Amino acid sequence: MLNDIGLIALFIAFALGAYSVFSSLYGGMKGIRKWVESARNASVLTFVFLTISVFVLVYALVNLDLSLAYVADVSSTAMSPFLRITALWGGQQGSILFWAWLMAGFVAVVMLRKWESDRVLMPYFIVTAMLTTTFFIGVTVIITNPFARLWHVPGASELITAVFQPSNAMPYIPEEGSGLNPLLRHFGMIGHPPTTYLGFTGFVIPFAFAISALVTGQSQGDDWIRTSRRWTLVAWIFLSIGLILGGRWAYDVLGWGGFWGWDPIENAMLMPWLTGTAFLHSVMMTEKRGMLKKWNMVLIILTYSLVLFGTFITRTGIVSSVHAFSKTALGPAFFVFIGFTFVGSLSLLIWRWNTLKTEHELESIVSRESAFLLQNLIFVAITFAVFWGTVFPLISELVTGTKITVGPPYYQKVTGPLFGVIVLLMGIAPLFAWRKQAIRKLGKSLLIPFVISLIIAALWGYAHRTHPGSFAGLWLTTFVLLTIVMEFWKGLRARIKSKQETLWVAFGKLVARNRRRYGGYIIHMAVIMIALGFIGDTFFKEETQGSLSVGETLTLNNYELRFNGLEIYPGSDGREVLEASTTLFKDGEAIQDLSPRRDFFVVQQQPVTIPGVYSTAAGDVYVLLVGWEEIGLTSSTFKIYINPLVNWVWIGGIVMMFGTLIAAWPSQKNLRSRSYVLKPGTPQLQPNAGD
Amino acid sequence: MMRKLILSILTILASLMAVVVVQAQDGGPILPNDDDVNAVAKQLYCPVCPNTPLDVCETQACQDWRAQIREQLTAGWTDQEIIDYFVVQYGERVLAEPNRRGFTSFVWLLPIVAVALGMIVLWQILKSWRTPQPQVPTPSVEKSISSEVLAKIEEELHQLD
Repeated sequence: MLNDIGLIALFIAFALGAYSVFSSLYGGMKGIRKWVESARNASVLTFVFLTISVFVLVYALVNLDLSLAYVADVSSTAMSPFLRITALWGGQQGSILFWAWLMAGFVAVVMLRKWESDRVLMPYFIVTAMLTTTFFIGVTVIITNPFARLWHVPGASELITAVFQPSNAMPYIPEEGSGLNPLLRHFGMIGHPPTTYLGFTGFVIPFAFAISALVTGQSQGDDWIRTSRRWTLVAWIFLSIGLILGGRWAYDVLGWGGFWGWDPIENAMLMPWLTGTAFLHSVMMTEKRGMLKKWNMVLIILTYSLVLFGTFITRTGIVSSVHAFSKTALGPAFFVFIGFTFVGSLSLLIWRWNTLKTEHELESIVSRESAFLLQNLIFVAITFAVFWGTVFPLISELVTGTKITVGPPYYQKVTGPLFGVIVLLMGIAPLFAWRKQAIRKLGKSLLIPFVISLIIAALWGYAHRTHPGSFAGLWLTTFVLLTIVMEFWKGLRARIKSKQETLWVAFGKLVARNRRRYGGYIIHMAVIMIALGFIGDTFFKEETQGSLSVGETLTLNNYELRFNGLEIYPGSDGREVLEASTTLFKDGEAIQDLSPRRDFFVVQQQPVTIPGVYSTAAGDVYVLLVGWEEIGLTSSTFKIYINPLVNWVWIGGIVMMFGTLIAAWPSQKNLRSRSYVLKPGTPQLQPNAGD
Repeated sequence: MMRKLILSILTILASLMAVVVVQAQDGGPILPNDDDVNAVAKQLYCPVCPNTPLDVCETQACQDWRAQIREQLTAGWTDQEIIDYFVVQYGERVLAEPNRRGFTSFVWLLPIVAVALGMIVLWQILKSWRTPQPQVPTPSVEKSISSEVLAKIEEELHQLD
C-alpha cells in the first residue's frame, strides 16, 4: 500500500516535471507570465512529490520490505538501519531517484528565491533545469523503477522484475535480501556519494542560467553570472568534498595503500571539477573586464555535459572499472540525452555567437588576463588528457580490437607537469595587474618568496637525496605558499599600521572586507596542501612485504612491525573477521598497536581488506594483512606502506571548505552593491538569502 | 621517475636482502622476495579484473600469477622478459603504462598536440587583444577573431567528442 503511494508520487512528479517544461516554454515564447508562474509552482511540487517517493523507498529499505526488488537487492537483515538508509544510493534504481530528487531540490530552492531583475531569465531556466530533472525522473519511472517487484511465472526458471503484474505471474517475496556490496558498507557511504551527487546536480543551476541567458539574449550582460556565482561555488565545493571523501574512502577500504588510482570513475568526477574550476575563474574575467563571455559559455556547457557523462559512465559501467558494479540497459537513453544537451547548447551558443560582444584591451602580454587565459587553457588541456585516457581503451578496442589499459603512469606523466604549471600560476597570477604587469615590479614582489623557497626546497631536497624529482614539486609548493602568505602579510601590515589594530583583529577585518579575495587565497592554500599529499604519494611512498611468524618483525625504513598473533571472530553485518595483532616500532621504540584486518562477507563471498594505520602530520604507516597460514594461524604476510604527507589531502579538504564558506558568504557590502543591477523603478531591494 | 624510484627501492632492498640471504642460505643463490615480485607486478594489471594492478589484486588468479613471477625471477628472468611474457600471454591490457608504438601511441600524442595547439591559439588571441593605441577601430578585427576562435573551439570539441 505504502509502496503504491511512493510509485504514484513518482508518476505525479514525472507528469509535473514534464508539465513545467512545456508550460514555461509556452509562457516564455508567448510572454505570458501566468504560464511561467504555473511552471514555477509545478517544479516546486515536483520536488515535493519526489520527496514522498524517496521517503517511501527509505521506509521500505529500513523496514526491509522485500516485496520490492530494489530492497531485496541492496538491503538485508544483517545491515544496520544506518546502512539501510544509505542503501537508497547504493544501487542503480535508488541512486538515480536520489539524483533526480537532489536536482529537483536545487531547482525548487532557486524557484523559491526572490526573482528581481533576473525574472526575464526564469522561463528558460525552468525549461532547462526541469528538462534534465524530468529526464532523470523518466529514467526512474520507465527504465530503473525502484518500486518494481519480483514476480514468478509458474514453470519459468528466472524471476521477473516489473512494476505491474505480468500475466499469470505470482508475486515473489524472497526470504532475505542480498544486501549492499561489502565495499559500500562503510561509514564513508554517508559522505562521498551524497556530496558528489550534490556537486553534480548543483551545476544544473549555472548551466540553466547560462542557457536561459543565451535564449533570451541576456547573455551580453553578466546578470546570469552574478546570480549563479554562489550556486556555482556551492556545487563546486560539494564536488571537491565528494572527490576528497572518495579518496579517503578508497584509502580506508580498497586496501592498495593509495587514495587516487586514476580509475575511470574517479576520472569521471575529476573532469567536471576541472572545467568547473576553470569556469569559476573565467567568470571573474567577465565580471571585472567584460571579457571571455563566449568562453564562459563553452566552459559551463562542457562542465555540465561532463557531469552527465560522469553519471553515464558510473551508472552504465561502459568503461569497465572497479566501481561499475551495475550494468544495465540505461546506456542508449543516457547517450542520447547527453548528445542532445551538448549539441543543443552548443548550437544555441553558435546561434548567439555575435551577440556576445567582448571588449579586448591589453597593454601587455604580461597581464592578469593572459595568466587567466593560460590557466583556463591548462585546465581544459588536463581535462582533455584525462578524458582521452579514460575513453582510449574503448577507442582502441573499437579500432584495432586490442584491449589496453591506461593506468596511472600515463596520467602522472601527462597531467603531472600541467598540474605543476597550474600551481605555479596559482602563486603568481594573483599578483599580476589587469591590463599590464611591469615585470620589474613583479620580480621585486616575488624575490623574497623565491629565495626562501629555494633555500627550503634545497635543504629538504638534500635530506631526501634519493628522490631528486621531488625537488621541483617541493620548491613549487613552498614558493606558492609563501607568495600567498606574503599577500596576507601585505594586507595585515597595512591595517596594523594605519588602524593600529592587533594582528587578529586586523586578520578578521581584512578577510571580512575582501571575502572573495581572501577566501580565494585560503582555497589556494588548501590546494597547496592537497598538492603536498600528491607529492608525498608520487615521490616518497615506500613499501615492503614479508611473511612473519609470531614474534618476528618486518622492517621498512626506520619502522619495524612485530607480528603478535592472529584471531578469527564473527563480526557484524554477516562478516567473518580475521584480525592480526601487531606492534609498530619506530627507531626501536614501540609506538602503537595496529590491527590490520581481513573481513570476509560470507553471503557475497567477498573479502574486504582493512588497514591498520599509524597516522601523523608527516605521514601514515599503513599496514595490510595480505595473507596467512590457514592452519594454526601462526604465520601471516603483511604489506607495509609509508605514505608521507598523505594527511595533508584531508586537511586541505577541510581548509578548502572553510575558504569557500568565506568566499561565498553573502556580505552586507555585496547586498548593497547588487542594487546597481536592479532596473530603475524596482521596489526596495530585499536581501535574498538564496542568492 | 617511477622506474628510478623502484630502482632505488630495489637497490636498498637488494642490499638488505643480500645480508639476510647470505646469513640464511650460506652464500647460495639469491631468492626473490615479496618486494621483488611486487616490483614487477606493479607494472602489470590483473588480466581478468577490471582496472586492478597485479601487485594489489586479491583474487586467487592473481596470487597464482604472482607466484609465477616469483618462479620466473628465481629462474633468472629479467623484469622486462617477464612483462613481455605477460603481454604475449594475456595481451596489451596487462600493461599499466600503455605502449608508445602503433595505434596506442595516439593516447600519448594527442594530449601533447592539444596543448601545443592550445598554446598557439592562446598566443594569437593575446596578440590580437593587445591594443597599444586604444582607438583602433575594432569591428572587423573582432569578427575575424571570433570566427577563428570558433573554428578552434569547434575543432577541440570535435576531438573531445
